[in-house]
This record gives sequence, C-alpha cells and structure tokens, in this order.
Amino acid sequence: MIPELGHFALIVALLVAIVQGVLPMIGAARRDSALMAVAVPAARAQFALVALAFGCLAWSFVTSDFSVQNVAVNSNSHLPLRYRFAATWGSHEGSLLLWALMLGGWGFAVSVFSRNLPQVLRARVLAVMGLVAIGFLLFMLAASDPFLRLVPVPPEGRDLNALLQDPGMVVHPPMLYMGYVGFSVAFAFAIAALIGGKLDASWARWSRPWTTVAWSFLTIGIALGSIWSYYTLGWGGWWFWDPVENASFMPWLAGTALIHSLAVTEKRGAFRSWTVLLAILAFSLSLIGTFLVRSGVLTSVHAFATDPARGTFILGFLAIVIGGSLTLYAFRAGAVGAGGEFAPVSRESMLLGNNILLIIALASVLLGTLYPLFIDALNLGKISVGPPYFDSVFYPLMAPMIFLMGVGPIASWRKARIPDLWTRLRWAAYVAAATGVLAPFAMGRWKPLVALGLLLAAWVAGATASALLQRLRAAPQRGIVAKLRANSPAWYGMLLAHLGVAAFIAGVTLVKGYEVERDVRLDVGQGVEVGGDTYTFRGIVPQAGPNYDALVGTVEVTRGDRHVATLRPQKRTYRASGEVMTEASIQSGILGDHYVSLGEPVTAQGTSGAWAVRIYVKPFVDWIWFGCLLMALGGFTAIADRRYRLALRHRLASVLGAAARGAT
Amino acid sequence: MKLLRWSLPLAIFIVVAGFLYVGLFRDPHEVPSPLIGKPAPAFSLAELHHPDRTLATADMRGQVWLLNVWASWCVSCREEHPLLVALSKAGIVPIIGLDYKDKPEDGLAWLGGNGDPYTESVVDLDGRVGINWGVYGVPETFVIDKAGIIRYKQIGPLTGDALNRKILPLVRELQKS
Repeated sequence: MIPELGHFALIVALLVAIVQGVLPMIGAARRDSALMAVAVPAARAQFALVALAFGCLAWSFVTSDFSVQNVAVNSNSHLPLRYRFAATWGSHEGSLLLWALMLGGWGFAVSVFSRNLPQVLRARVLAVMGLVAIGFLLFMLAASDPFLRLVPVPPEGRDLNALLQDPGMVVHPPMLYMGYVGFSVAFAFAIAALIGGKLDASWARWSRPWTTVAWSFLTIGIALGSIWSYYTLGWGGWWFWDPVENASFMPWLAGTALIHSLAVTEKRGAFRSWTVLLAILAFSLSLIGTFLVRSGVLTSVHAFATDPARGTFILGFLAIVIGGSLTLYAFRAGAVGAGGEFAPVSRESMLLGNNILLIIALASVLLGTLYPLFIDALNLGKISVGPPYFDSVFYPLMAPMIFLMGVGPIASWRKARIPDLWTRLRWAAYVAAATGVLAPFAMGRWKPLVALGLLLAAWVAGATASALLQRLRAAPQRGIVAKLRANSPAWYGMLLAHLGVAAFIAGVTLVKGYEVERDVRLDVGQGVEVGGDTYTFRGIVPQAGPNYDALVGTVEVTRGDRHVATLRPQKRTYRASGEVMTEASIQSGILGDHYVSLGEPVTAQGTSGAWAVRIYVKPFVDWIWFGCLLMALGGFTAIADRRYRLALRHRLASVLGAAARGAT
Repeated sequence: MKLLRWSLPLAIFIVVAGFLYVGLFRDPHEVPSPLIGKPAPAFSLAELHHPDRTLATADMRGQVWLLNVWASWCVSCREEHPLLVALSKAGIVPIIGLDYKDKPEDGLAWLGGNGDPYTESVVDLDGRVGINWGVYGVPETFVIDKAGIIRYKQIGPLTGDALNRKILPLVRELQKS
C-alpha cells in the first residue's frame, strides 16, 4: 500500500508541477494576478507531494519491503538501519527521486523567502522551477519508476553495493544534490530576467544568496566525495579526474565564476549578459553531469546501471532545457544591456580575469571529459584521458587566477592604481616569496613546484590578511569589536573562502610533493620503515560485522620508542553479494595522515601468513578538505549579510504591520 | 551580427549534444587491443615449475593456444580460476599462464592451493613481457592462432558467457584452418 501511495503522490506531483510551470507563466505574460498567485501554493504542494513519495520509498527501504524491486535489488534485511535509509538514493531511480525532492525543496524555499520580490518575477521564477520539475517527474514515471513491484516477492534483498555501505553514502549525495539542484534557483532567476528583459542590481541581489548557498553545499558535497574515495578505494588518492568527479566539478567552476560575476552585477551593474549566461551554464552543467552519470556514455569508477532508452530521455530533456534557455539567451541577451565602465586595472577587471580563467579551466575539463566520446563518435578509435592531461592543463590556468585572487579584494572598483596596489600588497608579496623559498626546506627537500604552490598559498593567505588589517585600520570606529563590526558578513565570508583556497592549495602542494607510497610484503611481526616511522604488522584477526565478515589487520606505528598509532585496516567480504571491500585505516593529524590498507595474502598459509600491505604517508592531506570546509563556511557567512537580513526584517515588519492593521 | 554573437553558446551546446547522442549507442567499455590481428610479441621466459627450462612463443607455433595473464596477488583471478580449471580438464586448447609481476614461490603456492589449469606457466618477474603484450590489468586472456597472430583479447576475468560465446567458437574455428 505504501509504495502505491508513493507512486500516486508522484503522479499528482507531476500534475501540480504542470500547473506550477504553465499558469504563472501565462499569468506573468498577461499581468494576471490570479494566475500568478497559483505559483506559490503549487510550488509548496509539489514539494509536499514529492516529499511524501520520498518518505514512502524510504519507508519501504527501512522496513525492507522486498516486494518493491528497487528495495530487493539495493537492500538487505541485515543492512544496518542508516544504510537501509541511505539506500533510498542508492539506485538510479532513488537518486532521481532525491533530485526531485531537492528541486521541490528549493522551490519551497523560494516560495517562502521571495515575498518581497515583484510578483511577476516571483511567478516566473517558480514557474521555471516547475517546468524543470516536470522533466524529472515525467522521467521517473515513464522510465525509472522507483516503486515498481516484484512478483514473486523474494525472501531476501540483493544488498546495497558494498562500495556504498559507508557513512559517506549517507551525507555525500544529499549535499552534492543540494548544490547541483540549488543552481536551479539561479537558473530560474536568469530565465525569468531574460523573459522580462529586466536585469538590474536588485535582480543580482536576489540571485546572490541562492547561488552562494547552492555553491557552498556543492563545495561540501564534492569534498565529502573526495574524502570518501580517499579512505574507501584503498589507493589513498583524493581526486582522480574521473568523469563523474568532473561532472560535479564543472558546475562548481561555473558556480564559482557566477558568484563573482554576480558580485560585479550587483555592485556595478556590469557583466549582466555574462552573469546570465553563467547562471544558465552552472545549472546546464548540473544537468549534463546527471546525464553523464546516469546514461553510461563514459566509463567511470562509478559503475551505475546504464540504459540507452533512459539516456535518450535525459538527452531530450537536456536539449529542451539547455537548448531552450540558450535560444532565449541568443534572442534576449542583447536587451539586458551592458553596464558601468571600468579601467583595465580595477576590481572589475580582476574579477573578469578570474571569470575568464575559470571558464577556460571549465572548458578544458569538459573537453578532457568528453574527448574519448568525441573520438569514438568520429570513429577515430577508443582512447581515455587521464590525470596527466588534467594536471598539465588545470594547474597552469589556476596559477594566474590565484594571483588575481590576492589582488582583487584590495583593488578599488572602477579604477585602481598599480603603485597603490603594490603598497598595500607589499607585505603579502614578501611573505609569499619567503614562504616559497624557505618552507620546502622545512619539509626536507626543496622542489620547484612545491615552492610555487606554497608561494601561491602564502600569497592568498597574506593578501587576505592584509585586506583584513587594512580595513580594520581604516575603520573610523574605536575598539577592535566595533571595527570588526564595521564590515559586512559578506566581506568576511569572502575572506574565509579565500583562506580556504589558500589551505587547499597548501594541502594539495604538500601531499603531491612529499607523499610516500609503499607497497610491501609483511610477515607477521615484520616491520618496515616509511617516512621515518616503523610500521609493524601484528597479524590478522577475523571479525564478523552485521552483514559482512572482516579480516582485521593490526599495524603498529612507532617512531623510535614512541608509539604513534595502532592502525586496523580491514578486508570485508559482504555476505549477500560476495563483494570484497578494502577499508583503509587512517591516523589523521594536522601535519598529515598515516594510511594503511590491506592488499592480499601472499603466501600459501593464506590469511595467517604474510600479506601485501599498502603504507602511505600523506603530509597535510587534511588541509585539502579543511580548505573546502572554509570555502563553504565563507559562503554560509556571506548570506548572513545585513542586506539580506534587512530585507527579512522589512518583510517581517510589513507582515506584522498588516496583522496589526487587520486587528484594529 | 549581434544575434550571431549571442548564439555562440547555443551552437556549442548543439555540437556537444550531437556527440552525446551518438555516444549513447557506443559502449565505452569496449577497448579493442591494437595487437589484435598482429603477431604475438615474442618472449622466452623461465618456466614456473622448472626454472631451468624456458618456454618461448616460437615453441607454440603450429597450434592454437591461450595466454592467460595472472598473479598470486590478483583478486579477480580467483573469480575466473574455476573456469580455467574446467577448461583445462576439457583439454580443448593449451593454456599458457603468464605469472605477471609475481614472485615464483608465491605463484607456485597459489597454484598449489587453487589448482593448476596451465599447460605451463612462465614467470614475468618485472612485467616487461606484460608491457609488450599491452597488459594493463590482470587477469587478461589472449587467443593466439597457429601462425602466432593474436586473434582475441579478454580484459578482466573470463566469464562463462565470454568463454562459450566468443573464445571457444573462435578456438574451434582457428583449429580447423
């Protein structure tokens, strides 16, 4: 009964989405308030219905209802509760339902926080989101029904893919999708502006917080995915330039460009058509990412079920949404107007430079990701593009962008003077140069690329600190607290995010420069020295988990006589599927990780004999994710800005005022 | 002219979408080996069971044979191993094992524990022969004809399906000629 209820809720949600997509749009064109007013209740109802459907599917998973095919294929009664719940989005169908749920959620949020928007704009934004929802709901009902029943009912489920039975599965997809789908709001604002032909500072002010929040979630989502692959895949890598990773990274790059371009549009009215294009681009890339992941056109470590019929449907949907919006753009972008003038050296030009570099980087990632497909489609052979291409293209593009990152926040709008900039950034430059030259020595060996990476990291950190100190010194208030309060949260958010980038660069540079990876054969009791520490293998003990049997190794890490850590890497065999998973054991620290994972037993005694063991030393690797966390925190800080808070207070006041008037 | 400029993103998207459409009907997992139809790279390696003797590709001339690349450290090899043992019992075709980047004692112990399907195994200690053969994952299985030409390559573990539908019919056909 519950699955049918969910299925029914999806059908009604589709009908409501059609209403939400069509009526307010017509209303906006005719300036018909009654039709436009449909948008808000429709968006809320659609969210409630999709949430109900999602709840039904989650219920089926949690209660192990194997009469539902999706549950039978992706769950098992011995699966722990949190993974039974997370298995809700573990399948193709379930992940689409999560997508639709997020889209509904964002629509709901817009309907709540958009009361001060002009009615026409609000109606159009919600209508565009309704139109996007139609595509996803239709796709689910037509080709990916998550509630399909199974006859006869199997007694036991096939279990969730062992790779997905991880805390990462519980948090990574929802965060990632919050980000992906969140760009639909910026997209809807852009389309609404193109239709209306009005694109001004207030439009940018409304779009900004939505974009920033979506971007922050996407940042967290990508970082969580990276951490997950770091400890699960057992190779100690944190980024593989895998097509599915690229699919999430491309919207992030576009979103980063969009955030900065929106800032210019809001403050200076410039870059308008460019901002609109970026908003379309960010969401289009989210959709293309979904297509790439779901259609199986590219090989990837993320082995999802593939089906050309589904691929054709999504591609058709992409053609309508992206093709349609770009057509609209082609005809209307000229009408939204240019903007304020600016000199070659100014904050605008720095932001434009960073935008261009981000988009070139994005284009090169897109090219590398799709290149195998292009070559294959042209019958020129089968090739794969790997990390060497991405590394050699991406890093050189990022270096000048990071340089601009230091200058941009300090340069004044419209026109900046180079001597001024030099005076203000002098100290940052000295610190950066000194760090680049000296810090690699502290790591034991001087390497040119490490020097460059650390120089850039120190440059961003130094320039950010300079910006803060100079602002505080210049503030007329007295006392540090008053001085601190003189600046907006948006500005502190920017500083935090930029510091995050500095931490990220430092982490990447140091781990790439000084990581040690050793594959060794260890007998029980035998030790090996890696990176100054001794790793001693103490043997293997079997241990039963809830739905798997594990072999748990013990590796003692010592430095001299000092005990550093006891690591317990596991090799798990999942009972239902027979899949074997490696669980690395990691001792994390601010200076780096000790990382041990089990290979295979290498002698005839089997598990009680010698084992192949992978021992990795990863200096400063956690800085990578700490940096991402800072970036996301910066995003969340920025939306606490007074401008948005004022709008909120104003709205509250007007609602209360209306209530008071009603009372008298 | 203006319209043309604003249409550029649309044009790029149309091209990309066209490629994506064609890509839907291709299988990205199918990576043909450039060696198919080419002479098998020659090797002369020490035998696993008799380290003082060597086996060379030239010794296999005149018969159809399989080269199976395996190693004691390879997990997926366990998956295909029962199939190889069964195939060897059927005695249809000689199977030469290439023990890839593996210590001979580990390889011997592994065969001792899991059964030895190989007519003979040779030891590719440093993986150099594997490079010549374009091995990039273990296990891999090659079909070589009487003239020493590679006819087929299976990447990853053998499956019953691949064996019955592709490899065995091919072997029979090649043996007839």
